[in-house]
Amino acid sequence: MGKTTIEKIIQLHTEEEAEAGKIVWMDLDVRTARDFGGPNVVKNFRREYGNEPVASAEKTFFTFDLCTPACSLKYADNQQICRDFAREQMIKVFDVDRGIGSHVLMEEGLAKANSSVVGTDSHLNILGAVGSFGQGMGDVDITFAFKTGKTWFEVPQTVKVILSGDYSPPTSSKDLTLYILKKLGTEKAALRAVEFFGEAAKKLSLSGRITLCSMVTEMAGIIGFVPEFERAFQEDVAAFSGTPFDPVQPDEDCSYADVIEIDVGGLPPQVAAPEAPTNVFDVSDLKGTRIDSGFIGSCTNGRIEDFLEAYRILKGKKVKEDIMLKVVPATKKVYGELLKNGILGGLFESGAIIDSPGCGGCAEGMVGLTGEGEVQVSTGNRNFPGKQGKGKTYLASPAVVAASCVMGQIISPEDV
Amino acid sequence: MRGTIQRGRVWILLDEEGRLIEDIDTDQIFHNQFLHITEMSLMGQYALGNLEGWSDFSQQAEPGDIIIAGRNFGAGSSRQQAVDCFIALGIGLIAAPSFGAIYYRNAVNSGFPVLRGLGIETLITEKILKPGDVIEVNLRSGEGQNISQDKVFHLEPMNPVQESIFLAEGLFNYGKTL
Repeated sequence: MGKTTIEKIIQLHTEEEAEAGKIVWMDLDVRTARDFGGPNVVKNFRREYGNEPVASAEKTFFTFDLCTPACSLKYADNQQICRDFAREQMIKVFDVDRGIGSHVLMEEGLAKANSSVVGTDSHLNILGAVGSFGQGMGDVDITFAFKTGKTWFEVPQTVKVILSGDYSPPTSSKDLTLYILKKLGTEKAALRAVEFFGEAAKKLSLSGRITLCSMVTEMAGIIGFVPEFERAFQEDVAAFSGTPFDPVQPDEDCSYADVIEIDVGGLPPQVAAPEAPTNVFDVSDLKGTRIDSGFIGSCTNGRIEDFLEAYRILKGKKVKEDIMLKVVPATKKVYGELLKNGILGGLFESGAIIDSPGCGGCAEGMVGLTGEGEVQVSTGNRNFPGKQGKGKTYLASPAVVAASCVMGQIISPEDV
Repeated sequence: MRGTIQRGRVWILLDEEGRLIEDIDTDQIFHNQFLHITEMSLMGQYALGNLEGWSDFSQQAEPGDIIIAGRNFGAGSSRQQAVDCFIALGIGLIAAPSFGAIYYRNAVNSGFPVLRGLGIETLITEKILKPGDVIEVNLRSGEGQNISQDKVFHLEPMNPVQESIFLAEGLFNYGKTL
């Protein structure tokens, strides 16, 4: 029988038969830890292995993205614990200036098609966007991976999701993603890999794929892949990452646990209401919901295209008085390009607060705090109770967040 | 060798209407405001601290207690503290219809017993398991016995990798035997 994408990638990293349902030991091409989880990895490592070296320093990295630069004494200590260990072990640190680790790994070509990557970030499966098997793990797993370069993994079954129909702006990949979340919930993709097919999937840009793949975590899935692409996309990714883009393809006779068709024809903008990312409505159903603040950024919507989408709405307009709009580019590279092309300046002119690259509004430590009673509309990926404080969080696209911040209420970009 | 039979009092994570709470995420289990804590003995007090109706769990739990949770327990972030807080309290087992993928790994790697059981919802609705019952579960076979009610039930046993790591009392020890 043929193999799915995930079976093929795992097979490239194990001598055992990579077949859904089997647990195999596999090799890891890249092992990472963040400023969250990283200090525990260092502590575990010193306790278990003393001064022994990591398996391979050139395949091991720290990526600081949660609190950048450190915004509490504890984070300052924790980052320094990682830096000291990295110096001892000759491990490279992508420090507090660089931005979200998963994005940096893609930009640096470290997470590339068919590779295996682990780290202490539960959204590391975002790497499925470039055909890489990325997986977030806890600090015990990562410590073990640092030392051995290996991990055990239960090869997941795969669900095939076929997106039929097409949509047009202002509906974007975030709306598509939220709508899929509404349809799949946390059940249909749970503990499975997902392969997204159909024209609406095939035409997704890299940024769009990043948005979609990042939220497979919220579907309770293992990872998402978008197997089909145009030649131009292949060239874009190769240029972006400095490494060839040639992902494995699922076999025609591979076995899917389920095949689900979702019609996205004419899809309007979507919003996930508190308190779950699957609690999704058409934006018109929530129109008029009063907001206090907005956030544009995160691993889900922190690319150039995302800020451009927001800028198109905000250009020549102002964020409403008393509304706070926080803007956080995913990486230093994104920040730099937004500076060069004037978008960051434009967003500033509109009244946005621009913060340094990183996880931004999703992290409790950085700019992601809401007070009791505060209502926030965010391009992030989670709105679980208490995640960013006692306020309520609505999840939406950059265009919807921008429009809502102009009007002081949740609203469709078409109504601004 | 480490025992593979867990016996203890049952806590069933139910909502106000008496239904199993699904999708309990790691922020409800161990809130991110305490993520800076790296000392396991300090983690127990925050277990389920942000789960509505369960914030006093840590004061009431006793070593050996068993937790029954709803589908997708441990959704969300990768924090190890969401497992370690239960180890700190001496919890003997968590059983659920399914777990968040990362949460499941973290528990397995720590040698902390987690068992899946697709029929758990039925066990609750048919009252084969009730809060406060004393039960005994064989982790190797998945066989369960409700001692308080003299009833039997079944959960999925540990898988082979999980059992090896459990018996070695954690991934690190297991790794040293490879």
